[in-house]
Amino acid sequence: MSSTETGADAEAGAQPDRRREDWADKMADALGEGCLEHHIIPGSDLWVRVTRDSWTGAATAARDRLGCAFFDWLSAIDWLPSPYGRDMDAQEDNPEPRAAGATEQGYAGGETRFQMVMRLYSVTDHLGITIKADLPDGDLSIDTLIPIFAGANWHEREAWEMFGIRFNGHPDLRNIYLPGEFEGNPLRKDFPLLARRVKPWPGIVDVELFPGEEDS
Amino acid sequence: MTGATAVSGLLAAEVPYWASSIIKLGVVALVVPTAALILGYVFLMKMMSFMQSRLGPMEAGPYGTLQLLADGLKFLQKEDIFPDKADRTVFALAPLVVLISTFLIYVVIPAGPDAVVAQLDVGVFYALAVSSLSVVGILMAGWASANKYALMGGLRAAGQLIAYELPLVLAVMGVVIQAGTLDLQKIVSAQATGEIFGWGGIGNPFILTQFAGFFIFLVAVQAELTQPPFDMPVAESEIVGGYQVEYTGFRFLFFFMGEFGTAFAFGALASVLFLGGWALPWGDLGHWGFNIAGPVIMLVKVLAVSALIFWFRFTYPRLREDQLQRLAWKFLIPLSLVNIVVTGVFKVVL
Amino acid sequence: MTASGTDQRQQLAYVAAQAADARLNVEIETEGMTLNIGPQHPATHGTLRLVARLDGEQVVEAEPIMGYMHRGYEKLAEVRTYPQITTLINRIDWLGSFANEVPFILAAEKLMEVEAPPRAQWIRTALFELSRIANITLFLGDMAVQLGAVTPVFMAFRDREFVLNQIEAATGGRFHPNFDRIGGLKDDLPRGWIEDTKQAMEKMRNFCDEFEELVLGNEIFQARCRGIGIVPPEVGLAYGLSGANVRASGVDWDLRRDGQEALAYDQIDWRVWTHPDGDSFARYWVRLQETREATHMVDQLLDGLPPGPIMAKVPRIIKVPGGEAYAATENPLGEMGYYIVSKGDLVPFRVKIRSASFSNMSITPWLLKGVYVPDIITILASLYFILGDIDR
Repeated sequence: MSSTETGADAEAGAQPDRRREDWADKMADALGEGCLEHHIIPGSDLWVRVTRDSWTGAATAARDRLGCAFFDWLSAIDWLPSPYGRDMDAQEDNPEPRAAGATEQGYAGGETRFQMVMRLYSVTDHLGITIKADLPDGDLSIDTLIPIFAGANWHEREAWEMFGIRFNGHPDLRNIYLPGEFEGNPLRKDFPLLARRVKPWPGIVDVELFPGEEDS
Repeated sequence: MTGATAVSGLLAAEVPYWASSIIKLGVVALVVPTAALILGYVFLMKMMSFMQSRLGPMEAGPYGTLQLLADGLKFLQKEDIFPDKADRTVFALAPLVVLISTFLIYVVIPAGPDAVVAQLDVGVFYALAVSSLSVVGILMAGWASANKYALMGGLRAAGQLIAYELPLVLAVMGVVIQAGTLDLQKIVSAQATGEIFGWGGIGNPFILTQFAGFFIFLVAVQAELTQPPFDMPVAESEIVGGYQVEYTGFRFLFFFMGEFGTAFAFGALASVLFLGGWALPWGDLGHWGFNIAGPVIMLVKVLAVSALIFWFRFTYPRLREDQLQRLAWKFLIPLSLVNIVVTGVFKVVL
Repeated sequence: MTASGTDQRQQLAYVAAQAADARLNVEIETEGMTLNIGPQHPATHGTLRLVARLDGEQVVEAEPIMGYMHRGYEKLAEVRTYPQITTLINRIDWLGSFANEVPFILAAEKLMEVEAPPRAQWIRTALFELSRIANITLFLGDMAVQLGAVTPVFMAFRDREFVLNQIEAATGGRFHPNFDRIGGLKDDLPRGWIEDTKQAMEKMRNFCDEFEELVLGNEIFQARCRGIGIVPPEVGLAYGLSGANVRASGVDWDLRRDGQEALAYDQIDWRVWTHPDGDSFARYWVRLQETREATHMVDQLLDGLPPGPIMAKVPRIIKVPGGEAYAATENPLGEMGYYIVSKGDLVPFRVKIRSASFSNMSITPWLLKGVYVPDIITILASLYFILGDIDR
C-alpha cells in the first residue's frame, strides 16, 4: 500500500487532517491488500482506491467502520482523452482527431481506462469518502452494491447505460434514461456528441467583463 | 291535484293535458341548464376565483357572465370522440342517464303553491330514489370507456354513492317524522305554519330542530355530488377525472350539466326540507302571488345552501376511499339513527 | 444501522399479506391490473412515468420509469467552458435555479483554490435561501393540490411572486439567474433591494403562518398524510435520501450547518428542523418550518452584509487546474453536488452531477409496496421531486 500526499498538504503542513487520516487507516486496516492507495486534501476530501474485488468490501467497511450510512452517489470515469478534442473553439482545439494518447488518472491513481467512483458520507461525523476502483479493459464488470446500499440500484443502472459497466448480481440491469434499444454508451469519451460533430459550436470562448472593468 | 302548473296558474285557465305536459317539459328543460349555468358562474367561476385571489373569466360578456355559454358552444362544436375499444352504445348512453336522473329530481321540487311539475304523495322518497339513478350512468361511463382510470373512477363512484345514499335518506327521516308527511308541498307548509314553543313568528324551519339532520344531509350531498372532500371518483391528481376521462364535446357537457344541475337540485331539496322552501311564514300560502315570489325565495335559499356546498369544495383536500367509507358507516349512519330516535321520542312525547 | 432489518420485516409482512391474497385469488379468480401513471399525468408534474401493478386499489409493486426528459448534462458539460456550464445546470431544478449554480461554482473554486470575498458569499447565501423559499413555497401549495385542495396552490403562486420579484431584481432572471461566477458574483445588489426583500420576507412569514393553519391544521390533510409513506432513517440514508426527506425521519443533518463549503451559514443564527415521524406529514411539516427559518436567515444575512468587493481576483479566461473536487450544498430538494474532474483545461474533463431528486425517488419502489392508489400521490408529492432534477 502506498500513499500520496499532495502539495497542498505540504503547504497546509502544520495542520494534517487527523480525522481523514484516521479514516484512511481504518479502511486500509479493514481491506488489507485490497486497499491500494489513498489521497487526502486536508480539510477537504479523502480518496481511497481499492481493487475491484474489494469494491463491496470497501462499501461494507465504510458503512460499518466509518459510520457512512448515507449512500451519496456512484458513477464511473472514463480516463481516455477524448479522441475528438472538444469540438468547440477553433483557437484551442485540434480539428483532426487526436491520437488516443497516454491516459492520465486522477487522485489516488489508477491503471485502467475505466474507474468506478462512489461517494459515501457519514451524517454523524459529517465527513465524506470517495472510493475508487479500476476496471480491467477486457472485463467491464464489478459486483453490485445493492445488498449494502439499496440506493445503488438506480445509480448502477445509470453507470450501466452510460459506460457499459456490468454489475454482477444486479437484479434489473436495464437502461434507466435511454430507450431500451439505444446503442452505445454516451458518457464514454469515444462516443461522439453528434450535435457538435455536424455543426461547429458558434460560441468561441466568451469572456464576460468583470464589473467595473473596461473593454480593452 | 297535479293539474296546475306555474304557467297555467298564472293564466288561471284550464289547459289540455297535452299542453300542460309540454309546458312542464319545457320548464324543466329550461330550469336544469339555467341552474347549472347559475351555479357554474356564481360559484365555480367567480367565488372560487375570489377565494384564490384571481378574477376568473372577465372577457365573455359583462364581467364574464357569458363565459359558460361560450364554453357550452365550444363543447358543442367539438368532435364526438369514441375510444377505440369502447362499448359504443353504453358509452353514448351514459351521460344521458346521468342527465335524466337530474331532470327527474326537478319534477317534484316545488317552487310555489302551484309551481310544481308533479306533486307526489311520496315526493321525498321519489326525489332521493331518482337522484341515485345517476350511479348507473356513472358505472356505465366507467365501464364502457375501456380505460383503467375510468373503471376505477366508476367503481369508486358506485361504492361512494351507495354508501352515502343511506345517511342521505336517514337524515331526511327526521324531517319526515316531524312533518308527518312525505309530500314536499306539505313539508313546506308544515314549516311555514309551524310554531316554536307556541311562537309562530318565523314558522318552524326544520333546520332549527333537525340541525343534525341538516348537517348529515349536507355531508351526504357533498359525497353524492362527488365534490371535495369526497371527489375520489373524479380525483384529477390520481385518476385524472375518473369516469369522465374519455368524454369530450357535448357528452362531457352533459356530465357537467348533470353535476351542477344536481347540485342545484340538492340545494333546492335542502331548502325545501330544512329552510322552509318557497314559503314565507306569514301570508296566505295559497295566494297566487307565491307562484312568482316562490321561485325567487327558493333561489335565494338555494344559493345560500350552494355557497356552503361549494365553500367546502374549494377549501378541503380529499379523503381516501376507505376513510370515506369509514365516515359514512361509522359516523354518519349511527348519528342519523340517533337523530331519528330522538326525533321520534319527541314526536311522541310532545 | 442495518438497512435490511426494517426492510426485511416489511418484506415478511408483505409476503404474508401476499400469500393470504393469493389464497383468496385462487378462490375468486381475480387478476392484478397494471396501471400506467404518466408520463403525462397531473400528479407527475413533469414527465415521470409510474407503472403500478394493482390488486384492486392496492399497489402490489410500482416502478418509476424516467428518462423522458433526460438532457445529458454530464456529457454536454464536457464540451463547455466553466462559465458556460452554469447556464446549463440552472435548468436542473428549475424552481430554485440559483441554488443549482452554487455547488458547481464552489467545486470549481475549490479546484482553483480561490474563495469568493465575504460580501459575495453573503449575497450568495441570501440568494440561495431566496431560491429555497421560491422552490419550497410551490411544494407547499402543490402537495395540497395533489391531495385535492385547489385553493392553496394559488396562494402559493401568489406569494411566491414576491420572492421571484426579488430574485429578478437582483439577478435579472426570474427563473434562471445565471448570476454566480467563479470567484464571486456578477453584480452587486441594486439600490433599495434589501428593504424590499425584507418586506417580501415578512409576507412570506405570513404565508407560512397561513399555511400552517390552512393545510397542516386541516383534519383531512392530516388523515391523508399521517402514517403514510414512513421512511425509517436508516433505510432513507441507504437509499440516498437527503434534505428534508431524511430530516423528517429524525436525522439531524443539514449540509448548510454540517457542510464545509464557503457560505455564510456559520455566521448567522438559525436552527435545523427535524421531525421524528418520517411520514408524509412530517416531510411537509419540516419543509414548512424550513421555509419560515429561511426567511429569518435572509433577514439576518441582509442585516449583516459585509462591505467589500464581490469578486475575487481570477483570470479572465478561466482555466481550472487539474484535480478532482466534490462540492455539495443543501439545496431545496436535498443534497446537490458536483464532482468535477479537471485536466487543467478550459472545460472540465468529467462532471458528475449528484442531484437530490434522483436519489430521493429511488426509494419509491420500496415505499409504494402495499399502499393504496391515492397514497401513491401523497407519497410522491411529499418526497417532492422535480423532473429536471431526476433526469438531468
